[in-house]
Amino acid sequence: MIDVKYSLSKHIVSGIRAIFPRRTAEYFALIGLILILSIIVMAIFAPLIAPYNPIKKVGDILERPSNKFILGTDGLGRDILSRIIFGARTAILVTFLAISISLSVGVFLGLLSGYIGGKFDSVFSLIMDAVYSFPGLILAIVLTAMLGPGIVNTAIAIAVIYTPTYFRMVRGLVLSLKESLFVEAARAIGARDRTIVFKYIFPNVISSVPIVLSLNAADAVLTLAALSFLGLGLPAPTPDWGFDLKAGHAYLAAKIWWPSTFPGLMIVILTLGFSLLGEGINELLNPELRR
Amino acid sequence: MQTLLEVRNLKVYYYLEDGIVKAVDGVNFFIRKGETVGLVGESGSGKSTFGLSLLRLVPTPGKIVGGQILFNGTDLARVEERRIRLLRGKRISMVFQDPMTSLNPLMRIEEHLMETIRIQERLTQKEAERRVKTLLSEVGIPPERGKDYPHQFSGGMRQRVGIALGIALNPDLLIADEFTSALDVIVQFQILSLMKKLRASHNMAMIFISHDISLVSEIADKIALMYAGQIVEFAPAVAFFEEHLHPYSRGLLDSVPNIELSDQTLSYIPGMPPDLINPPSGCRFYPRCPEAEDKCREKDPPLIEVKPEYWVKCFKYERKRR
Amino acid sequence: MKEKDVELEVVGLKKYFPVQKSFLERVFSRKLEYVQAVNGVSFRVKRGQVFSLVGESGCGKTTTGRLIVRLIDPTDGRIFFKNEEVTSWQGEKLREFRKFVQIIFQNPYASLNPRMKIGEAVGHPLEIHRLATGEQKKRLVVQILEKVGLEPAEKFYNLYPFELSGGQRQRVAIARAMILNPELVVADEPISMIDVSLRAKILELMLSLKNERNLTYVFITHDLAVAKYISDWIAIMYLGEIVEIGRKEDIFSNPCHPYTKALLAAIPVPDPKKAKKEIQLKGEVPSSINPPSGCKFHPRCNFAMKKCRSLVPLLHPLNKDGNHQVACHLF
Repeated sequence: MIDVKYSLSKHIVSGIRAIFPRRTAEYFALIGLILILSIIVMAIFAPLIAPYNPIKKVGDILERPSNKFILGTDGLGRDILSRIIFGARTAILVTFLAISISLSVGVFLGLLSGYIGGKFDSVFSLIMDAVYSFPGLILAIVLTAMLGPGIVNTAIAIAVIYTPTYFRMVRGLVLSLKESLFVEAARAIGARDRTIVFKYIFPNVISSVPIVLSLNAADAVLTLAALSFLGLGLPAPTPDWGFDLKAGHAYLAAKIWWPSTFPGLMIVILTLGFSLLGEGINELLNPELRR
Repeated sequence: MQTLLEVRNLKVYYYLEDGIVKAVDGVNFFIRKGETVGLVGESGSGKSTFGLSLLRLVPTPGKIVGGQILFNGTDLARVEERRIRLLRGKRISMVFQDPMTSLNPLMRIEEHLMETIRIQERLTQKEAERRVKTLLSEVGIPPERGKDYPHQFSGGMRQRVGIALGIALNPDLLIADEFTSALDVIVQFQILSLMKKLRASHNMAMIFISHDISLVSEIADKIALMYAGQIVEFAPAVAFFEEHLHPYSRGLLDSVPNIELSDQTLSYIPGMPPDLINPPSGCRFYPRCPEAEDKCREKDPPLIEVKPEYWVKCFKYERKRR
Repeated sequence: MKEKDVELEVVGLKKYFPVQKSFLERVFSRKLEYVQAVNGVSFRVKRGQVFSLVGESGCGKTTTGRLIVRLIDPTDGRIFFKNEEVTSWQGEKLREFRKFVQIIFQNPYASLNPRMKIGEAVGHPLEIHRLATGEQKKRLVVQILEKVGLEPAEKFYNLYPFELSGGQRQRVAIARAMILNPELVVADEPISMIDVSLRAKILELMLSLKNERNLTYVFITHDLAVAKYISDWIAIMYLGEIVEIGRKEDIFSNPCHPYTKALLAAIPVPDPKKAKKEIQLKGEVPSSINPPSGCKFHPRCNFAMKKCRSLVPLLHPLNKDGNHQVACHLF
C-alpha cells in the first residue's frame, strides 16, 4: 500500500524534475536577476535605446500609444517610452547608492558595536533603535525637505532609513558569534581583536546580508517612488517613475491610462525583481526553511 | 516465551537533495515478551531511525520503503495512522534523550501524567490521581513534586519523569533511545537501576538503543549490533561479549576502554564510517575489515544463524552452523 | 615551590561567575549570587606528564582548563608556568604565553571557523605570531597536517571544515594547537564527541606527539576509563574542588574518597557477567550557587559524620611521600 502510493508520487515528481531540473528557489532568483539586469541595461544604454529626448516636447500632449510613440505621450507631450527608459537611471542610481551607503555604514557599525559592547554599544543601539522606530517614509520626507532635492541627497535620505536594519541584524549576529567556540579558539591562539572581527566574525555574518539587501532594495524602490510621487527628492523635469506616476494619475478619470500605467508597471517590475532575487537567495542559502 | 515484535527486511530511507540515505537497509529483528535487547551502533548505524520506525515516527524526508513490522499479527509499517496512534504509549512506548524538551512548560508534571493516562484509559478523576501518585513513587519522585513544572527538575529527575510517562499505560514494549546519554555516570547508574527494577515489575520488554556498548551490557539480555543500516551480530549478551564473532564487534570491543583491565591496549578501526548514500557494494564493512576476502566485496553476506539464537552477518561463518 | 621540572602550578585557583538576574530579580533581591565554578584548586604538573582532571558536569574541570590557558581571568589564586607567574599577564605578554600553552576543545564541529579553509586555519597561529609567511608557512602547515594523519595534506589544505568528518576536524584542531610547538597542551574532553571506534586513533596521535615533543598534557574528561588509559596523575573534582589526587595506580588500586569510590563503581564495564555493583551514593550533584556547608559532599555521603557538615576537609596526604592526597574527614 505504502509502496504503491509512494512510487506514483515518485514518478510524478521525477517527471516534473525532468522538465524543470532546478529548485523553485533557483528559478525565483534567476527571474529576479533577469528583471533587475534588464533594467540596469536599460539605464546604462538609455541614450542609445530611447527613441526621443525624454525632457523635450516631441509630440502632442496625451497622444495614444501608436507606432510613432509606442507608449504614448504624457501631459507635456514627452515620449513616455523614452521617459521610462531614462527613468531607469534615476531608479537604479538612487536605489543602489542608498543601499550601498546604508549597507556599509550599518554593517560596519553593527560589527564594531556588537563586538566592543559596553557604553559604545548602548549609545549606538539607542540611536539606531530611535531611527528604526520612526516611520520610514515620514523620516525620508523630513530628510529630503531638510537636505533639498537631488539624486545624492535623496539617496542619503533613503540610506538613513535602512541603516538600522543592517546594524541590528549584524549586531545580533555578532553578539552570538562572539560567544562561539571558534572565536574562543581564535583567542586561544593569540588572535588580536581586529583579526577576530574581520577574519572570524565578519565572514560568518556576511552570508545573511544578500537576502536582506535585495528585500531592502525592493523597499527602497518603493520609497523613492513615494517620495517622487509627493514631489520630493528629484527635481522636475528629471525622468522618474514615481513622479510620472503622480503626474499621470490625474488623467485616469478621463480614461487616459497610459501616462501613469507604464511608470507604475516599471516600479512593480523592479520591486518584483528584487523581491524574487531576495526570496530565491534566501531559499537557496537556508534550505531548512523549505519544509 | 512468545515473540512480541518481529521485523522482517525493514528498509527506511531518507530522501535528501544530495541523494537517498539508506539509513536502515534490510534489518531482521525480533524481541520476546519481557526481554531486553540492547541495540548498539555508532553514528550513522541507523539505530535511532530503526527505533523511530517501530512507531512510525520517522520524520520526513524519511520513509519506510519496505519490509514488515509485525506486532501481534498487525504490520505496523502498513496499518493506518489511526491504529498506530492507539498503540503509541499504550502497547509500545518510546522515551528519548531529554524528555523535558517535549513537555509543555506550563503544565505541571502530574497534569502531564494525568493527560497521558486519560487519553487512553477511562478512569475517574480520583482513580487517575491515585495512578499518578503510584507512578511517581515507582520512579522515585517524591509525590509532592508532582505539582512542580518541568523546568524545576534536575537532570536525573527529568529522566525519571520521562520513565513515568513511558510506563504510565503499562506498555508491553519500551523503546529507549540514548536515554541516559546526557547523564553523568552516577545518575546514569541510578537510572539504569531504576529501569531494571521497573522492567521486572511491569514485565516489560525493552529495546535499549545506545552507542555505549559497556552501558548496554549492564542491562541487556541480548545484543543487536548495527553497522551502516544493518544488524551485523545478534546474540545473547553473555555469548556476545565472550565470542564477538563479527570483525566489527571485535574491533568495537577492542576500542572501548575497560576500567577493570590494567595495561589495556586500546585499538581503533581503520577507515571511516560508510557513506549511506553510496554504501560499499557487497559487505558494508568490507573496506575496514581486517579479515576481508574478495567475496566480501562482491556479495552482501546474509544473517547466518551460527548457533541457536546467535546470528552473524559475515561470510566467515557460512558453513559453520553448529 | 621552586621545584625543578614543574611545568605548571596552580595555587588556590578560584573562579566565581555572577549569576545573571532579570531586572525584577535585581530590584527585589540585592544579594549578589555567584556560581562557584572553581573554588580553591591547587596542583602541580611536571614536564612530560599527563595530568587528568576528572569529574562530572559542573565540577569545574572545564573552567579550570580555561583558566590555565588564560582564556578567562581567575577571581582569585595564582598560576605559574615554568615557575613564572602568569596570573595577570595581558596583551603582548599573554600572546607570547600562547606560544607555549595551547588548548584543544571538546567540540570539533564548533571549534573551527566555518569560513576558513583548513590550511588557513592551521597556519593562522604562525601568521599571528609572525613566525612564518608565504611558502614557508605553507610548508610548515603541510608538515603538521601530515603529522596528524590528514593525507594527502595538499588536498586537506584547501578544504572547508564542513567537508571533513568529526574525527578529521579534531585532528585539524590538534594540528592548529601543535603548529607553534607548545610545551603544555590542555585537552578539554577531546574525544567525547568522536565515534567510539575512532577515539583510540586520536588518543594514539596525542600520545605519540607527547613522546616526540616531550609535551605536558592537562587532560580533562568525565570518563575515568579513558583517564585510566592515558594519565600519569589524576585529580578527581567535585563542585569546584579537588577531592582526591594521586598517581593513576594509587587512585585505582586504593580509591579513598567516597565520591571516587562511587564513581568507580558506577562506570559500566563491557562484561555482563560481572557482578552488579552497589554504589554508596544518593541524590544528585547540587547547585554550585549555594553549595552545601562544610564538606560539599556530605549531603550525599553515606559515611558523613557530624563534623563533615561544618568543617571543610582540606587535601592532605595519605602516606609519607605525599603523592596520594584526599580531602575527607575519614582519613
